[in-house]
Amino acid sequence: MRTKLFWSLAGGALLLVTGCENVKPWQRGTLADESMTDERNRANIALNEHVFFSREAATGGRGVAGGGCGCN
Amino acid sequence: MWFHKQRSLRVIIGCFALLTAAPGFAAAPIKVGDTFPSFSESKLEGSLPDLKGKVVLVDFWASWCVPCKRSFPALNELHKRYGDKGLVIIGVNVDEQRASMDKFLKATPASFALVRDAEQKLVAKTEVDVMPTSFLLDATGRVRFLHRGYQGDETKKEYIREIEELLKAR
Repeated sequence: MRTKLFWSLAGGALLLVTGCENVKPWQRGTLADESMTDERNRANIALNEHVFFSREAATGGRGVAGGGCGCN
Repeated sequence: MWFHKQRSLRVIIGCFALLTAAPGFAAAPIKVGDTFPSFSESKLEGSLPDLKGKVVLVDFWASWCVPCKRSFPALNELHKRYGDKGLVIIGVNVDEQRASMDKFLKATPASFALVRDAEQKLVAKTEVDVMPTSFLLDATGRVRFLHRGYQGDETKKEYIREIEELLKAR
């Protein structure tokens, strides 16, 4: 019984592993699309950035190069 | 019983390693000193200029890549400055949609040669890890310099130094 459970779990885990896919740097067009950002209102982004920077002394990471689009 | 457990664990670890290693079986990245892959085998859209005996700058770019956009004026300038002296610049677009490339080029014109790697075969052979990536090839087609990304004037200065060096050695 335990062996069966063990093998079913192991098999399930292996099936999940095959679902992983690496997105190559040249395939990131869709990811870099503006529609993929959580906030599309530029004024809102600027305001939030300002508040965030004042509170945290850090900025960036919201849709600019280096934020995961594969540019640099 | 203990032995069996050990064995099945090894089998599972083995399978896991094989499955996770699968993407690693892809082509190795092109590095300095390698011969650049053949353009003709990659079914590129657009026509290539004559590359025989020329120093070639191959630049992989995409419309969604901000540094690519910033690099175009510099590439245009290099083409103007060294085009007659034996330099060929080839911009290889890797966009999935042709319309994205056309829209980009309308806003950011290019005076150098452009081809489109619609099937992303050439870029997959080179295994670049950032966009843009450019390869500077000598007259024999060997990669002599490689640039990851575009860092403005710093990269432009490097291009000029390297191109002049390769043109002199031609």
